[in-house]
Amino acid sequence: MSEEMIKRAPETILEVKGIKKKFGETEVLKGIDFSVAKGEVVVIIGSSGSGKTTLLRCLNFLEFSDEGTISVNGEVLYDGLAEQTAKKKLKHNDKLLRVKRLHFGLVFQNFNLFPHKSVINNLTLAPTLQFKSDLRAAKKAEKEKARALKKASSAEEIAAAEAKYAANGKPDYRDVEEIKEKALSTLERVGLLEKKDNYPCELSGGQQQRVAIARALVMNPDILCFDEPTSALDPELTGEVLKVIRELKDSDTTMIVVTHEMEFARDVADKIIFMANGVIEEAGTPEEVFGNPKSEKTKAFLASRNK
Amino acid sequence: MFKALLFDLGSGFLVTCEIFALTLVIAIPLGLIVAFGSMSRFKPLKYFIRGFVWVIRGTPLMLQLLIVCYGPGLIGLFTVTEPMIAVIIAFSINYACYFSEIYRGGIESISRGQYEAGAVLGMSKGQTFFHVILPQVVKRIVPPMSNEIITLVKDTSLANTIAVIEIIRVAKNFTGTYAVNIIIPLLVAGIFYLVFVGLLTLLFGFIEKKMSYYKV
Repeated sequence: MSEEMIKRAPETILEVKGIKKKFGETEVLKGIDFSVAKGEVVVIIGSSGSGKTTLLRCLNFLEFSDEGTISVNGEVLYDGLAEQTAKKKLKHNDKLLRVKRLHFGLVFQNFNLFPHKSVINNLTLAPTLQFKSDLRAAKKAEKEKARALKKASSAEEIAAAEAKYAANGKPDYRDVEEIKEKALSTLERVGLLEKKDNYPCELSGGQQQRVAIARALVMNPDILCFDEPTSALDPELTGEVLKVIRELKDSDTTMIVVTHEMEFARDVADKIIFMANGVIEEAGTPEEVFGNPKSEKTKAFLASRNK
Repeated sequence: MFKALLFDLGSGFLVTCEIFALTLVIAIPLGLIVAFGSMSRFKPLKYFIRGFVWVIRGTPLMLQLLIVCYGPGLIGLFTVTEPMIAVIIAFSINYACYFSEIYRGGIESISRGQYEAGAVLGMSKGQTFFHVILPQVVKRIVPPMSNEIITLVKDTSLANTIAVIEIIRVAKNFTGTYAVNIIIPLLVAGIFYLVFVGLLTLLFGFIEKKMSYYKV
């Protein structure tokens, strides 16, 4: 019981329980449980096909797990079993999906920058669209509120109308300029301020990935996920990307990193998760997993990596 | 007399331009709707649209023109009194089907990663489509679209089969009126087409250049 209490201590930001996912007949995730504390860096390692990427994609709602729950800050964001019986599936509910997805950020292996947008516009596109639609929604609510107040005759009705529309949130930003300022300061953080007006095709792979990281950061995710962020890069370019991730760790960004860079994993991780065949084979501190692996599979994997 | 020839051919060419412009204005957006239908996850709609596109692309435009013009009268519905309307309907449907396949190819050539990047940034499906996918599709489809549009310029001459007085019809009529060699008015008509297509080629070259500010 007391252990349960500790697990639910306020610093736990993400709690994943019993995630299972099948693609056709292939069971890719066979029940994944783990939690992440605020500011913690969790590194997931494992050979190809062990389910690492699928797990990240489930967290970001790019895939929907068949079973299991995903909770952020104690709020259950997703429940696989409930989803199966739900009338309106989450994947068809754009609005709700957006709210849930924004708890997470995802940096892809092959960057997926928008090639037709300059670096700065890659960063500002999503928040600007969000700002504009929030603004429209707020204006609409304002009008409805005014109409309701006009109609209201008694004090109770006025109070009811006030209450009904009080919940309508304001946009996250003051104006489009503020979004741009935020984007520029984030670009500065990844050291690419001078490239703001360039197009992605004019940047090196390492620079593109740093832009992708900045683009994810602008959305203020609770948890930033990386899916093999250096696998598509030339070896001499991985350093600059790993450096940015290290700096994010220093500023207490909560991160889940899937990587094949063992040196980096050992160096940056607070917790290592080793996955094999769709289960968490072993988890612990880097010292535990790298220094004193318990599972034979972990030993074999680490041995193959050290060759 | 050559002045009269040019003047008459010019007025015929206006009709050609009218068919060309109206067909584009209707077929370009209609093609997008057809493309969405042919990519629909709702199977019956998808197969119906794909079957329809097959029929339209698999039969001569002239036949379609005749069916739209005389079909309603033959089955006793109504008589098409204004052949120009039949021309616009037949051309728009035909070109919308060709355009839809170009759009579909363009849309399907954009990687899944672009949709996913939009999704994880909290963009809705509509926002992702209009702000991320479509602009990239436009760049990719300019060359095949310019091809199709140039073909349309010359296909407009089919309208003369149902008595729309466009430039080829004018050129043919000239023989009777002025008793000149039939080949001369047709050759002059050809020059009209050539100049128009030349201008279009320049325009598309300009658009391609404008869109080359990024590479993929």
